[in-house]
Amino acid sequence: MDQKAFDSNVLIDQEEVLRPKMVTVEIAGKKYEVPEGITVIKALWYSGQEVIHGVGCLGGYCGACATYYRTKDDPKVRTCLACSTAVEDGMSFSMMAPFPARKATYQMAELKDPKQDLFNLYPEAPMCRNCNACTEACPQGIDVRDGVWKAVFGDFKSVSEMFMDCVMCGLCTPVCIADIAPNLVALYASRAQGAHFMEKPKRLQERIGEIEQGHYTKEWDRILGMNDQELKDVCAAIK
Amino acid sequence: MQLLALQELVHKTRDTRRAQTLPKFPANERDTLIKKYHPDHRESAYRPIKFGPNAGDMTVRELAALLEGESPVPADLDLTPAYTVDVLVVGGGGAGCAAALHAHAHGAKVMLATKLRLGDSNTVMAQGGIQIAITNEDSPVQHFLDTLKGGHMKNDHLLLKTMVEEGPSIAKWLLDLGVLFDRDADGNLHVKKGGGSSKPRLLTCSDYTGLEIMRVLKDEVLNQKIQLLEFSAAVELLSDEQGRCSGAVLQDLDNKRFLPVAAKTVILATGGIGRLHIQGFPTSNHFGATGDALPMSYRLGAKLLQIDTFQYHPTGAVYPEQLVGALVTEGIRSEGGHLVNAKGERFVNELDTRDVVSSSIIRECEEGRGVRTATGRLGVWLDTPLLDVESGPGTLEKHFPAMVRQYKRYGLDITKDPVLIYPTLHYQNGGVQIDVHGESGVPNLFVAGEASGGLHGRNRLMGNSLLDLMVYGKRAGTATATRAQSMSHGRLTLDHLRRFRDEARKHGASLETHSPMLFPDYVRKEA
Ligand SMILES: Cc1cc2nc3c(=O)[nH]c(=O)nc-3n(C[C@H](O)[C@H](O)[C@H](O)COP(=O)(O)OP(=O)(O)OC[C@H]3O[C@@H](n4cnc5c(N)ncnc54)[C@H](O)[C@@H]3O)c2cc1C
Ligand code: SF4
Ligand code: SF4
Ligand code: FES
Repeated sequence: MDQKAFDSNVLIDQEEVLRPKMVTVEIAGKKYEVPEGITVIKALWYSGQEVIHGVGCLGGYCGACATYYRTKDDPKVRTCLACSTAVEDGMSFSMMAPFPARKATYQMAELKDPKQDLFNLYPEAPMCRNCNACTEACPQGIDVRDGVWKAVFGDFKSVSEMFMDCVMCGLCTPVCIADIAPNLVALYASRAQGAHFMEKPKRLQERIGEIEQGHYTKEWDRILGMNDQELKDVCAAIK
Repeated sequence: MQLLALQELVHKTRDTRRAQTLPKFPANERDTLIKKYHPDHRESAYRPIKFGPNAGDMTVRELAALLEGESPVPADLDLTPAYTVDVLVVGGGGAGCAAALHAHAHGAKVMLATKLRLGDSNTVMAQGGIQIAITNEDSPVQHFLDTLKGGHMKNDHLLLKTMVEEGPSIAKWLLDLGVLFDRDADGNLHVKKGGGSSKPRLLTCSDYTGLEIMRVLKDEVLNQKIQLLEFSAAVELLSDEQGRCSGAVLQDLDNKRFLPVAAKTVILATGGIGRLHIQGFPTSNHFGATGDALPMSYRLGAKLLQIDTFQYHPTGAVYPEQLVGALVTEGIRSEGGHLVNAKGERFVNELDTRDVVSSSIIRECEEGRGVRTATGRLGVWLDTPLLDVESGPGTLEKHFPAMVRQYKRYGLDITKDPVLIYPTLHYQNGGVQIDVHGESGVPNLFVAGEASGGLHGRNRLMGNSLLDLMVYGKRAGTATATRAQSMSHGRLTLDHLRRFRDEARKHGASLETHSPMLFPDYVRKEA
């Protein structure tokens, strides 16, 4: 094994493993030279900044690293996940500060009419003005605007499918002119879909019953009564 | 570029490989392979622990230093509690959220403290699924045996039996909360086959199982209005005059202040160790995976188990550089993806256990059949386009949207081209020894999830960790809430720390390393 190659992941500033070309980026208004192609989060570390708010899974799943950026000469401010986006020359970026969106609270099991309850929990949801800013802000490419409408029209099934990719980064929220937090609306609709509108899987219920009724007791006694060698032989025979 | 030329061979050999079936390793050859190539057997990476409950046991140097490390808490810290609760849950991943929800449901006053935001964890990244034996062909007993075999027969039987038996009721709990597991046409839960399992048993939510579970549990913790402290790390435990756990010291990461918390019981659910970069390996783990439960509970006298064995996930990304260490889900191999060396040959049954597959990949690379990238990393190919060839165009896109997206961000299309992979540090097989309620050897100190040890033996099977989190999170949450009803708060002292420091000095431990580590230090110091 090439030990040196692996250590290079630990120390992000070992130039020899990175593409040697340096680029200039602007982080919250200041210019820094960083190796081309490293991720936005690594660029922050490279420029000497400690980042705790804004780092989570480092794998594109947790949404902690919501970031605004602009590339050279392009007026458009875009959004990205800083752990999963490579820097390029002339890029400027800053991380999104936490946004005080309102999350409704509910007891999922006790909801009587979840599609109607949406309007009590998130009365702002039907106020969507179709500006599409949320969709444009979504780094996961979800049609967020459409999802809000689907939730409002009670098509919770489609919402749950559309938002399976949602990392809850919240980038769709500050842009909303109707004060909707689309991801929270979608999460409610998805959970309600699962808890209230999906069939209860029969086979699962049967298996729970079998276990409760001691259906496997004999088999357990047989297996757990074995000595190490017998157990090993049984396991070795598994295909 | 050169990589592009090399991957042509993967396309060219695809049809020949499709006709092949590779046997799994017979038991004796498998042991020889692992001894020779698995990083767990690299002697120079290990040393004995100098003192404490595991004195003399071997572990990797990175962990040994932390276990013998110095607490950041000064001996004379004012321990007037900032908070007083029944149950303090430390860690906001799957195990922590499950524990907090169950403790709350059983009437306890719960606080959940976590070092990043709620849900920023390893749990959120789990793609492969959760193993639960629900089909007619399958049974909890079979699940037990598969796991035992995968764990090299070193699993704690009682912990394991409890986990597999409670699996189905956990699936129901999650479904009732609204988790959207994939279904078959008849409404039953869809199951997939995972590496090392004899039956299809993996429940999935597309390839976002962890994300879906985490989103729902996080939402539920907020719905139940459980007291939540984010960006607050546990840095030390507290003990009463008899050495039982009586709370913890948190550190507010924004103002660095210490916050003593009085708790009747503490549940540590701080997850794994990937960010220690053991033996220099890249890792699939989240930023806060620094094994904090281990030194904290060790200082309080808890015994650790199987801390000499780690799981190196066979398929970590090697290219592009931005993705190094990130996981390429096992699901791709479950659905038939081949591992292919630089000569265009398969070299292992892709569905063998993780330690076997990882060892084989390392063997290929050490014996010169690996592919080298421009940055000097070695790897072998994972033939992703094969899935579309076998099961029709669009299969990858449909079954592995997260994977396709992960690569697309860097301009790579895994439906057209294979990806380069190498084992990545993934999971801590061992951890703090617990009983069937999640209680450690130290009374009133509970540990749940990846931080605990014993259940998985020397190699965890795919999909068993998510189940472990849910089952033992639930058990720890329930047990602590029940106990809280019949006990009062203990005194808050740091006596154990004084004892620990004395012992350290006696054994000539340097106390130079501070632990818990909290975060890896990636910040570049000087230009
Ligand atoms: C990329 C990836 C894919 C995986 N896929 C699967 C899979 O498909 N199936 C499966 O079963 N398993 C899988 N696993 C393994 C599984 O996800 C983890 O083992 C499991 O999620 C660990 O859960 P946990 O709750 O114990 O820890 P985590 O989910 O890691 O949560 C730990 C929490 O504790 C917090 N914390 C840490 N230290 C402190 C401290 N000192 N104070 C306060 N808070 C602290 C962390 O910030 C985090 O919130 C995968 C793991 C990874 C990394
Ligand atoms: S829907 Fe909103 S929260 Fe979800 S990923 Fe898109 S921008 Fe982020
Ligand atoms: S940003 Fe708000 S108003 Fe605009 S489309 Fe999205 S939900 Fe509607
Ligand atoms: S750190 Fe989790 S998505 Fe970027």
